[in-house]
Amino acid sequence: MENNLIEIKNLKKSFGKINVLRGIDFSIKKGDVSCIIGPSGSGKSTFLRCINLLDYPTSGEIIYKGENVLKNNYNVDFYRSKVGMVFQQFNLFNNMNVLDNCTIGQVKVLKKDYNSAKENALKFLEKVQMSKFIEAKPSQLSGGQKQRVAIARALSMDSEILLFDEPTSALDPETVGEVLKVMKDLAQSGLTMIIVTHEMAFAKEVSNRIVFMDDGIICEQGKPEEILVNPKNERTKNFLFRFIVGESG
Amino acid sequence: MERTFFEWIGYILNHYGSRFLKGTAITLLISLLGTIIGFLIGLGLGSAKKLPRSSSKIKNFFLMILNGLITCYVEVFRGTPMMVQAIVIYFGMQEFMGINFSPTIAGIIIVSINTGAYMVEVVRGGIESVDPGQMEAAKSIGMSHGQAMIYVILPQTIKNILPATGNEFIINIKDTSVLNVISVTELFFVTKSIKGAIFRTYETFIVAALIYFVLTLTVTRLLKMLEKRMDGSKEFVHASSTMPILFLKKPGEKNGK
Repeated sequence: MENNLIEIKNLKKSFGKINVLRGIDFSIKKGDVSCIIGPSGSGKSTFLRCINLLDYPTSGEIIYKGENVLKNNYNVDFYRSKVGMVFQQFNLFNNMNVLDNCTIGQVKVLKKDYNSAKENALKFLEKVQMSKFIEAKPSQLSGGQKQRVAIARALSMDSEILLFDEPTSALDPETVGEVLKVMKDLAQSGLTMIIVTHEMAFAKEVSNRIVFMDDGIICEQGKPEEILVNPKNERTKNFLFRFIVGESG
Repeated sequence: MERTFFEWIGYILNHYGSRFLKGTAITLLISLLGTIIGFLIGLGLGSAKKLPRSSSKIKNFFLMILNGLITCYVEVFRGTPMMVQAIVIYFGMQEFMGINFSPTIAGIIIVSINTGAYMVEVVRGGIESVDPGQMEAAKSIGMSHGQAMIYVILPQTIKNILPATGNEFIINIKDTSVLNVISVTELFFVTKSIKGAIFRTYETFIVAALIYFVLTLTVTRLLKMLEKRMDGSKEFVHASSTMPILFLKKPGEKNGK
């Protein structure tokens, strides 16, 4: 379909003899928020990392704006700048302060001049409520603050889509909320997002599609209420059951 | 006329002080330049060793050859004494290539190449000690491998390997003494010739030892200060969100009092 922002066809990834992704078909429209859930080792993170080519897929197609980004001599760096990524471990540049973290990509990759990059960065830092900390080094920030800066850094690149790889898994329980709130606001503002998460309540609230992955394939996907309340697939049922038991017990 | 120990020291400093100073200057010049150039060699070749494999087979083949050459260079220059390298390079160049360097220039070249061999491995280790997430984050915002290295990885690498580089500098200050075999007029060479002029081995070399010690001690202190500076201040200025952007400091500017 034409209005798919990214379309993925039969994506496979293996590390040596281990097949981590065994043929994934997936597409996302502009403004969609998809949450990927599933047990650990199911290939969720690898799938996300394949989308922006941090892990290079073994085979398959990723169609972005009508072009397969996996074909030879496609400008991978340009594509990556359009597909932002937020990591579990934040990965802020340790040698730069908060503001530089958000401007360096704009200046060096998008070739913007410093002042407009700074203005843009401040806009997004304001949005994630980190504009008071622009001179701070990453080592001086809490986990939640770092993650919010990481989100601002990705946004500053004017990315068309943001990938979140378990953005709250490395956070203290009390700072999880502030990051989720920022993400919720972004979802409401119409940003396209793919989120790998274990926060079911959050997934239900923000996403308009939930994707359940297990063993390198997508087992089931659909509206949050369908998947989380009435899963059809046996594996989804098992996973969600364990999750509910785990959470209450 | 018999002089006491201190009288001899005084005599040496009086008559040969300026020669000692010149020798010290040459020692410092060779070891400083040698360390800096060696550091740059290490940075370049160490980064080259960490170049990513590409999808093209031909490029990979050249990468393999490059890696092999770097390894040869490192092994050869780490595995032979600098004194031997000095003789082989200096006289070899004269004899077989007809290139005549002044001994000082030759000394700088030899110390640079030698330091470079050690620094390649130091830099490689330093790059590997930077969290791989830093490279991934840089790539995720669209930086090329080169940009990621220059703006993100190498600045952190350099900070990590500063102590090792300082070590190398101190070793070089002492090891330039072997360059006397190719008649570089560094501190050791000067000391030897002064000894030859006044036949006071002990007193002359005590002066040399003191100069070496003061040099290395000063350099150690300076490097400690530099490291502290690179770590930066532990505090940061809380910019009020209402403060106009104009008053915010530019990156790189020092924090105010």
